[in-house]
Amino acid sequence: MTEVIATNQTILVVGGGISGMTAALEAAECGKNVVLVEKNPALGGRVSQLYRYFPKLCHPICGLEINLRRLKQNPRIRVLTMAEVTEITGGEGDYTATVRLAPRFVNENCTACGECGKVVDAEVPDEFNYNLSKVKAAYLPHKMAHPQRYVIDPSIIGTADADKAKAACKYGAIDLDMKEESIQLKAGAVVWATGWKPYDAAKIQPYGYDRFSNVITSVEFERLADIHGPTKGKILRPSDGKEAKNIAFIQCAGSRDENHLRHCSRICCMASLKQTSYVREAYGDEGKSTIYYIDIRAIDRFEDFYQKVQKDKTVTFIKSKVAKAVQDEKTGDVVLHGVNTEGYHRYATPHDLVVLAVGMEPSVKGVNLPAEIVSDSSGFIEADPSNHAFFGAGCASNPLDVNRAVQSATASALRAIQVVNRVARVEGQ
Amino acid sequence: MSENYRNNFLKEVEERVEEGHWVKMCMQCGVCAGSCPLGPHWAHPPQEIFMMIRAGKREEVLTSDSMWMCTSCYNCVVRCPRKLPITHIMHGLANLAYRLGLSPKNQTTQKFASMFWNNLAQTGRVNELKLSLGMYFKDGFAQGIKNAMAMQSVGLGMVKAKRLNPMELFGGHGIKDKSGFHAMLKKAREIEDRRKNFA
Repeated sequence: MTEVIATNQTILVVGGGISGMTAALEAAECGKNVVLVEKNPALGGRVSQLYRYFPKLCHPICGLEINLRRLKQNPRIRVLTMAEVTEITGGEGDYTATVRLAPRFVNENCTACGECGKVVDAEVPDEFNYNLSKVKAAYLPHKMAHPQRYVIDPSIIGTADADKAKAACKYGAIDLDMKEESIQLKAGAVVWATGWKPYDAAKIQPYGYDRFSNVITSVEFERLADIHGPTKGKILRPSDGKEAKNIAFIQCAGSRDENHLRHCSRICCMASLKQTSYVREAYGDEGKSTIYYIDIRAIDRFEDFYQKVQKDKTVTFIKSKVAKAVQDEKTGDVVLHGVNTEGYHRYATPHDLVVLAVGMEPSVKGVNLPAEIVSDSSGFIEADPSNHAFFGAGCASNPLDVNRAVQSATASALRAIQVVNRVARVEGQ
Repeated sequence: MSENYRNNFLKEVEERVEEGHWVKMCMQCGVCAGSCPLGPHWAHPPQEIFMMIRAGKREEVLTSDSMWMCTSCYNCVVRCPRKLPITHIMHGLANLAYRLGLSPKNQTTQKFASMFWNNLAQTGRVNELKLSLGMYFKDGFAQGIKNAMAMQSVGLGMVKAKRLNPMELFGGHGIKDKSGFHAMLKKAREIEDRRKNFA
């Protein structure tokens, strides 16, 4: 049974991505006790799946490393992975959360030596690579995973593979009898940092994400560029593994659209501008990026970045919302149809690969939230007094880039600290 | 305050065109133009028409044949990210241009629309024989004979299958209370004219 010590002076942080980690760290470094709950087997969230950040184009590994170091040396944070909050009852200063813990089948003895992964034959889709590749059914979620501990996929439990893995482990770390548990813990305030998910691109029917292999999403493109991705960092297109040198980026794929997501997702313009630099990095002057856009929203100081990309001769901007995409069966090329609104020119342009800059949908949307939480028409949690001590942070509250998500998380930590301080005064400690 | 900046033509469109108040919502993404099956055949795609309205180009918009090319397939409406009822606006603009006498003369869609209306308004029923003959002969007698000859087998087939009565050429069938029907149309026109400032 998992023991967690938590009181009404504890802050519960739900979601262990960049926002949740930040909120937990800021609160803990102010002397508060924090329970950090993460659904996946490792912390880091979507940021860990990025190849580079904008605007400085540094690797997210760097920022994660700093945060993980802070986390490891702070005794006030209790991290629960593979854990999901299913219910929250009570009110400000006195919440009770029910947390469901999925079995990892690997205990804390694990040294991440990797012997279990070597002997297991079964493979499962690699969620870290957005299912673009497969991974052994005994796996480390990713290179920088925290906790640095393997996971046994539940699909092999009861098979010979599971027994092989157990036999291969020299440290007695594999426990095939682990069961799902449900625990309850107290909290004075809740920081809800469940982040975002890429909008389901298959719903944008004219772009054929579900029909054409060479139409991919921007998050998948990040994995293609990454050395730990399915193509070992080479930008190859899915249909035939050919080098994709002529790449189209379609902006507002789902965003700013009453039929899909009505909000502007804010990050996609900068993300595509950033991704043109991956094409340049891979192919130099031979690469060709074309950005189809309604208007480029490189907010405030990112305007510099936009101007830099505009100066790149390999990048073309076409002011048009693409009407439809058709993949040529023989060549595998994707032809984009539409009208360039600057001059009203009709085009039908072939590309090796089409990247849909998909919008951000809050993960909280559709989740059965504990209380009546006030959120906006897109499902982002509002900073509303009637939400009491339940605070949205990062992309659960707004479509934000990493920088702004961290600011938002710090703000929510400060709000949560004020609540538990009030509780402490009442309890006289 | 913002009213001061709205030009006269945009105001006119908002007042006199069906769904005209939506024109200001267009964000010029161009997906309507790209989605239109007849796109390459019009002078101005919808988002260009909307921009021209906002730029006050009254003459150019109303004399254009663009809105008459709309076949009401609704492709643009389902794809418009701002949910503009583009098809309805196109028909509304065409109607305004016709009422003002600015629409292009002899434009086929317009010709058919007015023929259809006159045909229907007379008896309360559409006389399909007279309507199709009217279309055949709209460009003169010789062209009309040519058109009729080309469609001969279709016409005879329809007569055989009792889908077309040749006797309709003489008068044709109609509804019971014709004068009541005409009074209704007259009243409807009065209301419409008052609403759209044609009175």
